[in-house]
Amino acid sequence: MAETEDTPKIELRGVKKRFGSKVVLDGIDLTLSRGQSLVIIGGSGSGKSVTIKCVLGILTPDDGRIFVDGQDATRLRGRAREAMLRKFGMLFQGSALFDSLPVWENVAFGLIQGRGMERRRARDIAIEKLAKVGLGPEVATLSPAELSGGMQKRVGLARAIAADPEIIFFDEPTTGLDPIMADVINDLIVSTVKDMGVTTLSITHDMASARKISSRIAMLYKGKIIWNGPTAEIDSSGNPYVDQFIHGRADGPIKMEVRS
Amino acid sequence: MNIFAAIGRVFLAFLAQTGRLTLFMIDSVTSIVRPPVYWTLIGEQMLKIGYFSLPVVGLTAFFTGGALALQIFVGSDRFGAESFVPNIVVLGITRELGPVIAGLMVAGRVAAAIAAEIGTMRVTEQIDALTTLSTNPTKYLVVPRLVAAVVTLPVLVLVADAIGVFGGYVVATRSLDFNGSIYVKNTIDFVTNQDIWSGVIKMGVFGFIIALMGCYNGFHSKGGAQGVGNATTNAVVSSFILILASNYFLTSVLFLR
Repeated sequence: MAETEDTPKIELRGVKKRFGSKVVLDGIDLTLSRGQSLVIIGGSGSGKSVTIKCVLGILTPDDGRIFVDGQDATRLRGRAREAMLRKFGMLFQGSALFDSLPVWENVAFGLIQGRGMERRRARDIAIEKLAKVGLGPEVATLSPAELSGGMQKRVGLARAIAADPEIIFFDEPTTGLDPIMADVINDLIVSTVKDMGVTTLSITHDMASARKISSRIAMLYKGKIIWNGPTAEIDSSGNPYVDQFIHGRADGPIKMEVRS
Repeated sequence: MNIFAAIGRVFLAFLAQTGRLTLFMIDSVTSIVRPPVYWTLIGEQMLKIGYFSLPVVGLTAFFTGGALALQIFVGSDRFGAESFVPNIVVLGITRELGPVIAGLMVAGRVAAAIAAEIGTMRVTEQIDALTTLSTNPTKYLVVPRLVAAVVTLPVLVLVADAIGVFGGYVVATRSLDFNGSIYVKNTIDFVTNQDIWSGVIKMGVFGFIIALMGCYNGFHSKGGAQGVGNATTNAVVSSFILILASNYFLTSVLFLR
């Protein structure tokens, strides 16, 4: 498929994934337009992280196709896949910082290892990106273990934007943070996304975060997208599953599975 | 419970595991020749795997050589063959005990460390992060460890051989009243190039096994701390078994031609 302005940035068509007998994704269809900020909500174990990992090629879908800028990502291998991955940045749930490297090398990792940039120049860019997320140059030489959870998230965000990606994935960006720090991270995400004009796909079950960082919300339940619409319309979705989830009610059509 | 079904399940699981390991090995070996090559990481791993294993391997080799000299002396004393102590010590150390003892010690130290490090990276999503940063985890994590182990362990066994023979020399000259210069002459006269090379080849193979099992188990660890613990145990146990099994086959190939 040739890439045009109307070509979706990411498109999932009938994506299926199962682990043993457990069906995690049961034919997902999802389209993410250029510049859009989509948040996928859903309970724990509903397949949100699996969706993201399938797009990135960390997991291989059992069926279905995934297109990135019109290119079938499920068929890309080797160098072509690495080139496709250069379009992405990702903030992991636990930040996933490399504990053997100082902060600046974590931020500059993709530039040095992935793009072969000279270390001194990569370090300058890393310090510049750290400043964008509100961290001073004195943090650059610290080890990730010396940072608080909130600071680790900021470093993770700096790493995600270091190579100026076209698409950023946020995996549970506010999990494990206190409400104030969570809001600081949400604000950072919103301002960064606005400045860079990127397309974002986030997954979360924190509704305050979802409302703040998204232009659209999709809800994943039992391996299927059961609702997909503008963020402003989620309170009037008319979907009992969505209503139960966004209001955090124990009673409703969603029954919590005790075993994964 | 159907016993045949249980046996079948275990057998199928074994085949699946063997298949996964084989694919992992092929991917790792072919990645060695595909750029980019992380020379700095290879150098770092050479230090960690080879150089930092020197003390433990050296000490083990020294005491093994000493114990071997004592045992051979006591055993050969029954039929008046005590003079063969230096010959049998050097043969035993270079052909078998040097590489096997060094291999097992390095497996305990290095395979466990590799599995724990990579396993922790797996469960904290650091390996997934490598992928999102356009870095192939196999090339970045496995290849440097594999190359470093295969290159440095043969050198390590040469050192272990020398220290092991020295251990035998110390015991023989201090406790068993051997003449030092005659002991050394007998050792040098008796040892052949093949004895030394066989140990070097064995240790190259053991190095490959140790790094491969450490990386494989680390890469496939699941869950949290318990998963990493299991990966570490599996890496050490499987390395031990494969080292001892391959040692038998290598001895057959190298000496029974």
